[in-house]
Amino acid sequence: MDKKLIVSPSPHIHSGNSTQSLMRDVIIALIPAFIVSIVFFGFDAVTVAAIAVVASLATEYLITRFMLKRPNTLWDYSAALTGFLLAFNLPPSAPWWMIVIGSIVAIGVGKMSFGGLGRNPFNPALVGRVFLLISFPEQMTSFYHPTALDGTSGATPLAVVKEAVKNGQSLSEVMPQFSYTDMLLGNMGGSMGEIAAFALLIGFVYLLVRKVITWHIPVYVLGSMAIFSAILWLIDPNSFANPLFHLLSGGAILGAVYMATDYVTSPMTTKGMLLYGIGIGVITILIRTWGAYPEGISFAILIMNAAVPLINKYTHPKRFGSVVAKKA
Amino acid sequence: MLKTFKIGGIHPNDNKLSKGCAIEKMPLPEKVVISLSQHIGAPATATVAKGDKVKVGDLIGKATGFVSADVHSSVSGTVVAVDAQPDTSGVRKPSVTIAVEGDEWNEQIDLGAENIPDITPKEMMDAIAHAGIVGMGGATFPTHVKLSVPDGKKAEFLIINGVECEPYLTADHRVMLERPDDLLKGVAILCKVLSVKKAFIGIENNKPDAIELLTKKAAGGGYGDVSIEVVPLKVQYPQGGEKQLIDAVIGRQVPSGALPIEVGAVVQNAGTAVAVYEAVVKHKPLIERVVTVTGKSLASPKNLLVRLGTPVQALIDYCGGLGDNTGKVINGGPMMGRAACNLEGGVTKGTSGVLLMNDGEAKRKPSSPCIRCAKCVSVCPMGLEPYLINVMTKNGLVAQTEPLHPYDCIECGSCSYTCPAGIPLLDFIRLAKGEVMKIMRARKS
Amino acid sequence: MNETLIFTVLTLCALGVVAAVALFFVAKKFHVWEDPRIDDVEKMLPGANCGGCGFPGCRGLASALVKADTMEGLACPVGGSQTMKSIAEYLGRVAEEKEPEVAVVRCSGSCQNRPKTNTYDGVSSCAVASSLYAGETGCSFGCVGFGDCVKVCAFGALKMNPETGLPEVDDEKCTACGKCVKACPKMIIELRKKGPKSRRVFVSCVNKDKGAITRKACKVGCIGCGKCVKTCPFEAIKLENNVAYIDSYKCRLCRKCVVECPTGAINEVNFPPRPPKEAGPAKPMAEKAAVATAAPVSAPVTENKGAEQTENVKKESEKVEK
Repeated sequence: MDKKLIVSPSPHIHSGNSTQSLMRDVIIALIPAFIVSIVFFGFDAVTVAAIAVVASLATEYLITRFMLKRPNTLWDYSAALTGFLLAFNLPPSAPWWMIVIGSIVAIGVGKMSFGGLGRNPFNPALVGRVFLLISFPEQMTSFYHPTALDGTSGATPLAVVKEAVKNGQSLSEVMPQFSYTDMLLGNMGGSMGEIAAFALLIGFVYLLVRKVITWHIPVYVLGSMAIFSAILWLIDPNSFANPLFHLLSGGAILGAVYMATDYVTSPMTTKGMLLYGIGIGVITILIRTWGAYPEGISFAILIMNAAVPLINKYTHPKRFGSVVAKKA
Repeated sequence: MLKTFKIGGIHPNDNKLSKGCAIEKMPLPEKVVISLSQHIGAPATATVAKGDKVKVGDLIGKATGFVSADVHSSVSGTVVAVDAQPDTSGVRKPSVTIAVEGDEWNEQIDLGAENIPDITPKEMMDAIAHAGIVGMGGATFPTHVKLSVPDGKKAEFLIINGVECEPYLTADHRVMLERPDDLLKGVAILCKVLSVKKAFIGIENNKPDAIELLTKKAAGGGYGDVSIEVVPLKVQYPQGGEKQLIDAVIGRQVPSGALPIEVGAVVQNAGTAVAVYEAVVKHKPLIERVVTVTGKSLASPKNLLVRLGTPVQALIDYCGGLGDNTGKVINGGPMMGRAACNLEGGVTKGTSGVLLMNDGEAKRKPSSPCIRCAKCVSVCPMGLEPYLINVMTKNGLVAQTEPLHPYDCIECGSCSYTCPAGIPLLDFIRLAKGEVMKIMRARKS
Repeated sequence: MNETLIFTVLTLCALGVVAAVALFFVAKKFHVWEDPRIDDVEKMLPGANCGGCGFPGCRGLASALVKADTMEGLACPVGGSQTMKSIAEYLGRVAEEKEPEVAVVRCSGSCQNRPKTNTYDGVSSCAVASSLYAGETGCSFGCVGFGDCVKVCAFGALKMNPETGLPEVDDEKCTACGKCVKACPKMIIELRKKGPKSRRVFVSCVNKDKGAITRKACKVGCIGCGKCVKTCPFEAIKLENNVAYIDSYKCRLCRKCVVECPTGAINEVNFPPRPPKEAGPAKPMAEKAAVATAAPVSAPVTENKGAEQTENVKKESEKVEK
């Protein structure tokens, strides 16, 4: 026979999934929220996103090319996604140099220093964001309100509540100023991509339909946040915000749907996902309520990222046949 | 809500190209190469020598040992060689090569008989054993061994596997459609041998015609005190895995390392049930089987009734020949079949299909680093952690994978199929499975 | 200011003292006595922790040596007889004499000698490929060529030759730990006596098929003709399952079998070129084919000697077939 047949072990067909297609789907899922932020913040949103994505891609390219001397990995879209997510976590007024630093830290320290895609213990975009938050607290927390006329006094709802509690005000006086509809639509101060809850949820549905992620982590995170904050709220509604406020404000949905579900840094089993999700939810509420920062989901996710190897070690999937069949 | 198994599973494109093609009788080839080792267990010992004349159905290989099966001549003619011949994987196995002359059948075979003879279950069992029947779904486990229920255990249900969850394959589907009465009689015989009263026929929901036909026929009764129920199942791979099928149909999970009889079930393939019918009623040994010859690069996909030992090349030629762009020929389905390197190898009792793949489909895509997406964990029907077993085996820690139960793997390939990074997880898991089982056996002895 | 400094320093010192005292008592209390000889023996061992001795690391062997009554069956393949002798001396025992050995790859089925019949497209692992099917060539016994032996070698003594597709052993680096022997799924690699000046004669084939089948699959396979067995004056060669095997401890390196072998399956390594009177000077490949005799080839043997087909080879394999 002239032509040589190919021989390989089974299976001989593949689903067609690829790292690239999954990353692309996540980017697509982020687009509705991006559109909302363009609507509210205008050209600023486009600039921030563009700088973050380009800086991330450039960092990845330079590191793979000159330091690791490995093949180019830009086309798996993971660096682009990291940049995009980082942009979502920045205030639309962030200066360009800060975005670049954040991108370099996210890709360089958060991802490549551990060996690249698949080996990083922490979510790279959050590493970048938290680095910026700690280094440049001023710039990172000065938000402008998207539709307010003066355009500068845009403290996030969470910051307003935190301030109020600190000053001894009762929340029943503060809460009425927030409209849940506005919060759902994104008409509030905040990071570029975290404001529009409904747009983020559209993306979530897309990810579920495309089977990119499973429902577990987002539901566990948001569910545990809701339950924990509800307990506190029932104890004293004047010192603790209600669960709906917690879910719609800050980066809760962005974090739960897009950051906590990051493949590399989340647990492998559904049992592990439950532990991980509850951990994130509870720590977020703890930080929001008693911590120094008004928002805590970034820290919560990073803390739980650190626990993932341990979770993976001790949670295993339910094996077939491990349940003793009941005799009919 | 359709029944299905509880853990994992995937939904590959079913590509049943030949589902509308009626079973065709393949013309006799010029010679057949019949392997004496086409079942799990000890190879049969040849009972013929070079130069002997044989008829269709004559015994040419006698079973040796408990787990083994008789082999019969599938053609009439002269034995030209009794030696080691390469099978489709190129591995040399003891075989009998017969040059075909005419088509003369052994006198004991009564093709006209149609009614189940009034004999004891023991006699039926002997007839099955003497017909050399093995599991025709691909595992080729000798049927008479599977039907001998060990002491202290009791079979409660017979489950007939008509799932055919492998993409492309349609052999069982056509058998169920074209020979429903024979199938149901075979089921009745199997029930009698096992002395069970309840039989289920599990069929995936992508074969509504077969489900409808068999439900109607089974409702007609006439099978003594045996009640036969057709169970439509959700289209989900690997629904046809023995353990998955039992879980789906009767909701019991076979414990790790145990046989189905542990939960009171015996599973037989639909094709096997028809072979059992022929063996008991017509005294016809297993000398031919239905093979799906298919593939996108094949001119005319067909379901062929083929004499065992017919070279795979002959089947392909009959269906339009090997195209220039054929990259891979698979013995079996695309998920669990074995790629062939020697097309002169003969069809065996376990050959359910011959699948041609063109160059584009045949080549694996290059793999990239694991992104820990956990898709392999979520699709594994046995609840294992494929990513971990793979990486440990790859890095030489195969002995340490034992707590991860690689020996439970059924080699369905769902993990490799779904992996977005294109990592061939099953390659190394299969290795780990073998190694760990070796270690465990060594420890036991 | 000063006070703060002093307090800090004092506190730290106090903490240190407390911790030291605690550690001291804990170490005393939980001390596990170990035979001090284990440490000493371990130091004498090479410290490669290769596992070639069958124990987990050098310390494993050291403790086994100290606990055992004799040296029997305990040997460090890396350190060799020198090391074992000094350890035996230290422990007051008699060392087993062991000849130095080296790993030998018994397959010459390079791409030229053994044409490919199909293409393997799976993970690059000999174990996986060989459990799947017969292999990429017509020979189901030969080297698969994915370098499992190279991967397990802790001493960098093995490497794949990209031209032949076969692994090559570096005699100097090989410590005969036997890891590659275990790793090879085809059982091609064998530990053989290293021989004086590393000179060795061995059958570079393990194909158990009949002559004609072997012949078809590979130009330099052993066809089991048995000529070497008859030639050997020292009864060092035996023929089993259609393949000849030379016992390296009986072989006296006379090389008569090398000349006799019709397929060139018997290899000789590290010998000086033969004197002209014996078989003529070493000639380039093309010329040798023209001469049409089974011309012996001088070292190094990794060179490919089966490229030419000779008439008597064909006759020989036909004879075997009959």
